[in-house]
Amino acid sequence: MSKAILYDSTLCIGCRACEGACAERWGLPYNEKVAAEEIISAHKLTAIETHGERYSRRLCMHCVEPACASVCPVGALQKTALGPVVYDPEKCFGCRYCLQACAFQVPSYEWNLRLPHMRKCDMCYERQSRGEPTACAAACPTGATKCGERNALIAEAHQRIADKPDGYFHKIYGLEEAGGTSVLYLSAVPFEQIGLRTNVPHQALPALTWGALEMVPDVVSTGTVLLGGIWWITNRRAEVAKAEGKRK
Amino acid sequence: MTRRLPKITVWRAIFAAIMLVGLYATYRRIMYGLGGVTNLSDRFPWGLWIAFDILCGVGLAAGGFTLVAIVHIFNVERYKPILRPAILTAFLGYTLVVVALLYDLGRPDRLWHPVVMWNPHSAMFEVAWCVMLYTTVLFLEFIPVVLEKFGWHKPLGWIHNISVPLMIAGVLLSTLHQSSLGTLFLIVPEKMYPLWYSPILPLLFYISAIAVGLAMTIFESWHSSRAFGRALELPLLASMGRVLAVLLSVYLWVRCLDLMHRHALGLLTRNRTETWLFLLEIALLAVPAALLFQRSVRMNPGALYAAAVMVIFGFICNRLNVGITALEASSGTNYVPRWSEIAITLAIVAAGFAIFRIVAEYFPVFEVQAREPAFSEARETAEARVEVG
Repeated sequence: MSKAILYDSTLCIGCRACEGACAERWGLPYNEKVAAEEIISAHKLTAIETHGERYSRRLCMHCVEPACASVCPVGALQKTALGPVVYDPEKCFGCRYCLQACAFQVPSYEWNLRLPHMRKCDMCYERQSRGEPTACAAACPTGATKCGERNALIAEAHQRIADKPDGYFHKIYGLEEAGGTSVLYLSAVPFEQIGLRTNVPHQALPALTWGALEMVPDVVSTGTVLLGGIWWITNRRAEVAKAEGKRK
Repeated sequence: MTRRLPKITVWRAIFAAIMLVGLYATYRRIMYGLGGVTNLSDRFPWGLWIAFDILCGVGLAAGGFTLVAIVHIFNVERYKPILRPAILTAFLGYTLVVVALLYDLGRPDRLWHPVVMWNPHSAMFEVAWCVMLYTTVLFLEFIPVVLEKFGWHKPLGWIHNISVPLMIAGVLLSTLHQSSLGTLFLIVPEKMYPLWYSPILPLLFYISAIAVGLAMTIFESWHSSRAFGRALELPLLASMGRVLAVLLSVYLWVRCLDLMHRHALGLLTRNRTETWLFLLEIALLAVPAALLFQRSVRMNPGALYAAAVMVIFGFICNRLNVGITALEASSGTNYVPRWSEIAITLAIVAAGFAIFRIVAEYFPVFEVQAREPAFSEARETAEARVEVG
């Protein structure tokens, strides 16, 4: 069973306790200036966004089939069986393909460091493997961020919508986006109104690349036979021409 | 005669200036990181260095594998005089791509990581391996020139023995990574402007790379004939122009079909930057294609050269559009390269020209041509019997 996070925008009061807890867990500085930045970056791995009187939260979506992990040429990113997409800074050589490939614009880069790394939320992989909830979920005073099994959280989200049909937009963001994510959203209004990207394809993105890459063995084997064959024919022709030339 | 210092010419002064500015930008890159020299951001992580130095660099070096295939696999011997310069261009091109990577990678000290850390699901992993192997192949294809110069015949024989598999491997590796550079962008369907995003990007990248490889061969033959005062292989280049015209037509037709099937042609009615840059790209490929169908253009060195230059610019425009233009709108930022990004790119290009010149001057790159003269006399007949394929 894989872990997930359910963020219910209707319960969020914008207290930013999740931001503080996250900064503490990563050992990143957190003060009023950082709190005012409503955007995730290499020094702020989750951010509360204000959309009028509503709030939204940004963090890594931990896709079920993550584009970032599929494109990373050195395998620095991995989807774990537990749920989180984790990053090995010792492998990363800084191509930033993960930033380019992420449909949710999540990964951030330490642009101003001489020896930089990519930074993103890892859904508190360490804590969760010990059975503890994520730092953000533990810190949330209203239950807006809840941590649990993905299937259970999906069922709970459906239940919340059924219980309060007037209070919710009747969809769960993350159920199908990019083939499904391990961070799920509930909202009172359509998701684009709380700043979520709604043009994300409802299919797993790695398949798009794989469709081309899986042809490599076929291209190599067919190409070898074809090119070798052409060479064999043309070379024979040239030899024959040479031999005939000598005879004359 | 006493030895004099190299004469200061306008071109040498420009070259020195470019290299000095590039050197300063390099210093800044090392000291202040990517953020200190580029306008890249989390929203726009790939810029000029990927779109030009890598995407264009690899493509412009495609003449190497195209000519190897023509001369050694299809056995069209008469193209031999322009084979070596094409291999030299390719070898230099790939070497400079690796240099550019050292600037662009956040951790250039880990350039070797893909050798031992694998992810076969990544298009970039495949490109990395192909570029690595193909640069080795190009080295082996070019090294006979050096061995000949010093008269080392034994290693020359070894390389000759493996030359056929080597060349086939080179063509295959090129086919794979030229197309895989297009595969890199398949993962971002919703981020890329629909005039450029297409499931057949790999195919489009492949065809356009072969076309620009031929254009580059015409380009460098023209320049070296002026620089070294040797006769231009006009009939050869003219028949290459013929192939180029057909390739460009096929490419443009496939692009057109692709846009039609994806119902993206309607986007051209919108007055947006993307529309204009798309039209510029297409014009820079369609005009030379139309020109090269004219016999008078093919047989006129100046006009042939101009058409080749247009193809090169059209190709560059395409790769910059795919790598930058197409991704601007969805990123929510407005990326324009910083001076230092342009300075380093210029320095790499200038170094490429300079090294080519030096190598061509001291090694028998154009020697084959000297052994088989009298091409200029046979221009009419040679142009008449095109036998590629």
